[in-house]
Amino acid sequence: MKSLILGTAALAITASMAVAESHSVVRLGTEGAYPPYNFINDAGEVDGFERVLGDELCKRAELTCEWVTNDWDSIIPNLVSGNYDAIIAGMSITPERQEVVDFTQNYTPPSPSAFVAASEGADLEGGVIAAQTGTIQAAHIAETGATILEFPNPDETVAAVVSGEADAVLADKDFLIPAVEESGGALMFVGEDLPLGGGIGMAFRKSDPDLRAKFDAAIQTMKDDGTLNAMIAEHLGEDSPAF
Amino acid sequence: MNTPYRRSAIFSYCTDPAALDTARWFACYLTTGKHMGFYVSFGTVLLLLAITAPTALAFGFAAAGAARSALAPLRWIGKTYIAIVRGVPDIAFFLFFVIALDQGFEWLRHKVKCPDWDEPIRQGNDFVVCTAAKLPLGNAPQWMHETYGFLLAVLTFAIVFGAFAGNVLFGAMRAVPEAQLETGSAYGMTRRQIFWRILVPQMWVYALPGLSNLWMVLIKATPLLFLLGVEDIVYWARELGGSKTPRFTDYPHGDWRMWYFLALLIFYLAFTRVSEIVLDRLMKRLTHGQATTGGEAQRKATS
Repeated sequence: MKSLILGTAALAITASMAVAESHSVVRLGTEGAYPPYNFINDAGEVDGFERVLGDELCKRAELTCEWVTNDWDSIIPNLVSGNYDAIIAGMSITPERQEVVDFTQNYTPPSPSAFVAASEGADLEGGVIAAQTGTIQAAHIAETGATILEFPNPDETVAAVVSGEADAVLADKDFLIPAVEESGGALMFVGEDLPLGGGIGMAFRKSDPDLRAKFDAAIQTMKDDGTLNAMIAEHLGEDSPAF
Repeated sequence: MNTPYRRSAIFSYCTDPAALDTARWFACYLTTGKHMGFYVSFGTVLLLLAITAPTALAFGFAAAGAARSALAPLRWIGKTYIAIVRGVPDIAFFLFFVIALDQGFEWLRHKVKCPDWDEPIRQGNDFVVCTAAKLPLGNAPQWMHETYGFLLAVLTFAIVFGAFAGNVLFGAMRAVPEAQLETGSAYGMTRRQIFWRILVPQMWVYALPGLSNLWMVLIKATPLLFLLGVEDIVYWARELGGSKTPRFTDYPHGDWRMWYFLALLIFYLAFTRVSEIVLDRLMKRLTHGQATTGGEAQRKATS
């Protein structure tokens, strides 16, 4: 009996060591081009809502984390091939993505997407709409009658509207608010906000449920004690939907 | 990595950029940590060229040597390599190779280091190898990951450009007059001796125009680095040039991508110009004493 207990204890210790060893450093992959969620600050480091959130989650889960930037186009392939351990890049939870990766619970509520144009009369039904490749917004435009103009970077979608290349841009409203505010009246919200996606979550490899569970639990504690709502209000704006 | 947000400290007056005059504002703006990343990436590109060019040449030399080998299997390998790589679009290779090479290396290490691992390596879309087989190890510092990515990029560039160089060298080897080689064998030289002492020294003059072309193409192909996950000058130019709002930076500005890309244009033009001058000199030297029209002209000019 005693040896059985000892044996179990030894097994438990080695198992937990194995887990600890496999994730002694958790590499968080982000895009670094999607303010206010994630961007590269003047010092050349990852900054923004998700930087603060990710650091807090790692602290709560007692993990050592490291930030890595990756192009949006190849952000999922590089996760599943093991170049980093999680995606935290303003990625909405959608059924298509869930076939390839597993998400934590959402850390922002489903937030609206919005159109931004250079004039009130922009044709949202049949005009040219800019969106970032591989986003829920791009998928949405493809289903409407509008012509989609895709860009690899979020930044370039707004630039396309400014230059007149596109009639409007469809993106997360939280991303567009600063762009509209700073444009000095050149850009404005048009049409209705669209509720797209199931909120933003962190994505993990399907073969990595332990790590996902840790972050899931950490997000839950932040929801429970209200720190997540405070963080959303601080970084995404008071009007952004909270839990 | 909880480095707190820091303002650039190169100049003491950079604490409040909004209050500065234009010259000082630019002095501060151009010395932010982000711009330092931009400047370093120029070094990355030059380093890539410095390592890739000789490696690709070695690949090409081996391929050309194999393609004209007397051994049929070796010849097939050389010719297949040249034909396949030359026939497939670069971008397909670059996207495919990095992930495939990386997974290939990890798979090999996995087989060696974790022989009693019982889970499948392919789990749905996931590629899972044991922790000890990860390259670089999961807990390695970020610079090792970056170096590894850089070396993968060098290898990919070398494989692609090696095939082109192989084709050029193969043609150059055939351009060396047959009579030269026959004379060698008449003197009783072995095949190996003829190859190293007669063929190789004479072929460079035929290969150089083709190789210098490749070098120029290689310089211009370096922006593909970003596809390989290396933060190169084009990545930084795009990142720095995009319009910035005051909420996220101390140095807000409009869409300046045009100016950043103009700087890249000047950099690439200057670099290719310098290359041209160096290659011209090299050509002059290689032509010296050769039985080509160029060599003949040199002989007449001096005599």
